[in-house]
Amino acid sequence: MNPSDGSANTQPADSLRSLPEASGHFGEYGGIYMPETLMPAVEELAAAYDRLKDDAAFNQELDALLSEYVGRPTPLYFAPRLTAAAGGAKIYLKREDLAHTGAHKINNALGQGLLARAMGKPRIVAETGAGQHGVAVATVCAMLDLECVVYMGALDVQRQELNVFRMKILGAEVVPVESGSRTLKDAINEAIRDWVTNVRTTYYLLGSVAGPHPYPLIVRDFQAVIGHETRVQMRAIAGGLPDVLIACVGGGSNAIGLFHDFLDEPEVRLVGVEAAGHGVETDKHAATIGKGSPGVLHGARTYVLQDEHGQIAEAHSISAGLDYPGVGPEHSHLQDSGRAEYVAVDDRAALAALDTLSRTEGIIPALESAHAVAHALELAPTLPAEQVIVVNLSGRGDKDMETVIDATGLRP
Amino acid sequence: MSRLDSIFGAARAEGRLVASIYLMVGHPDPGASLELARGALDGGAEVLEIGVPFSDPLADGPTIQAASFEALENGVTLNDCLDLVRTLRAESDAALLLMGYVNPFLAAGWDRLARDAREAGADGFIIPDLPPEEAGAAQAAFAEYGLSLIPMLAPTSSAARLDLGTRQAAGFIYCVALTGTTGVRTEMDADLGAFLQRVRDRSDVPLVVGFGISTPAHVTRLRGIADGFIVGSAFVRLAAETDPSERAAAAAEFARGLAAAAR
Repeated sequence: MNPSDGSANTQPADSLRSLPEASGHFGEYGGIYMPETLMPAVEELAAAYDRLKDDAAFNQELDALLSEYVGRPTPLYFAPRLTAAAGGAKIYLKREDLAHTGAHKINNALGQGLLARAMGKPRIVAETGAGQHGVAVATVCAMLDLECVVYMGALDVQRQELNVFRMKILGAEVVPVESGSRTLKDAINEAIRDWVTNVRTTYYLLGSVAGPHPYPLIVRDFQAVIGHETRVQMRAIAGGLPDVLIACVGGGSNAIGLFHDFLDEPEVRLVGVEAAGHGVETDKHAATIGKGSPGVLHGARTYVLQDEHGQIAEAHSISAGLDYPGVGPEHSHLQDSGRAEYVAVDDRAALAALDTLSRTEGIIPALESAHAVAHALELAPTLPAEQVIVVNLSGRGDKDMETVIDATGLRP
Repeated sequence: MSRLDSIFGAARAEGRLVASIYLMVGHPDPGASLELARGALDGGAEVLEIGVPFSDPLADGPTIQAASFEALENGVTLNDCLDLVRTLRAESDAALLLMGYVNPFLAAGWDRLARDAREAGADGFIIPDLPPEEAGAAQAAFAEYGLSLIPMLAPTSSAARLDLGTRQAAGFIYCVALTGTTGVRTEMDADLGAFLQRVRDRSDVPLVVGFGISTPAHVTRLRGIADGFIVGSAFVRLAAETDPSERAAAAAEFARGLAAAAR
């Protein structure tokens, strides 16, 4: 257990938590790199969010729904058998997989859905990779009676079929995207093209801490509930701060959600886990921070996977939710400032961690979250037994069963 | 006086619109662009947008997306685009603008890019995903080498954004004709005239209309409300569909039809 009691959490003058600047910059990252047609839309969104974020009625409705509809707070579970299997520091799991729809994505979808309704936008477009964000958006749109169109890479439509069915049952239109690598990055391009065409009536409900300002700010704020709860729960369980926080990073929303509350307490170590795919030494990985370089993708300056000519490379991961050649600009800043560290876990280690967690604790994690679990299994034995690791178990694994069965040769 | 100023000044004096054509470098094959550009210039285009391909062209519709992917598959790089500018500059006085997304330009670096573009004979840049707020470093480098960064304005632009976009405008202002991506459309936006007037109220810099402009009939409708027009997707489609042996002639005929409607 971290010696600090974790009750302070005041904001120092050079607070990382106070970013972004009004211009949307986290250090040299972020900003707004968007076609002019959409600039008024992002300005309108920033103004609406600024007006509503401290509005009592808005927050009351959001809090009530988070509690009664989403099922928050999600448990912080001490995993004794996983801890024993790793041998070392205690491993706790923040159970976002138990949130309604099975992942942390609902926190943001609900917040932005209420925002869209308050802005008077009757039509929602969204992108999705693994389908978890798409399902969360379709769910919120059903509940709030909003029209919903979800763009999904054609390759992801194949490997996440179950989530496609869920979205359709919830009343959403799912549009397979055939351009480019036919994955998440292409789905974002297509959602932006829809938005630019229908901007007067349409709200773009972006699912990660990526994209132009104010999305990295808005999504982070709606996901920060994960870290707030973790602080309170950890204090109640053990009277202090955790030593290490671990979360997987594709765009990075569940990681920012867990990290953000602790950014100004350097005694809490923050570790983001990227997808190494077939290995970071191959060209089939999604280790954007580990192997990428600064560039502009989807409206923000951030680390991207690109060639020497500035063409965006195709990412690869067994997990559709991490299969993205960009990353949220706040992560890029946390990397360069040294506040967070980023490691990479390959497909094989993620599958092994999914197996270990399933068999030791009876919890089947999403393949995305399994990357974070894999790193915890590697890190825990190097730390003393009194230390505490919190792993963000960002989603449940039901959606990945086809992929896992195929990859592990368990198909009968 | 810049080349763009001379071109638009002469057109205004003669009461006609300036015809401008966009092509994607290296599409549909590496050798096509030079012939297509020469044809367009022969037919009366006075400004060429030299399209630099990008892997994620999020402001473009299906036609230019497909052309961009094909160009990348053909191995086209920024250097090939600069080479095309260099060749055309040696034989033409048309204004030559490099048009593309910000990331390939960033990869080159603004200073090196500006120096190379100037040396090749380019007149400026159009970068759809680089709004004025993020354009400081690019502006500084371009200014040093006498290159224009053409501002873009849209029907959705607020009064404040129209002020921002027109403030430092030089060469011309790219007025986006509709809310949407690039591509051929049958109809033009009914509010286009009102939008152009809102820009005109703020600036004497020539107004050039692009997005969805594809036919002489569209061009005719722009007379009296704009100073020029840009045709992109329709020309890219022509490039893809024309037999290689007839490219230059087809491009010239296409440009002639547009230029005739502009007079």
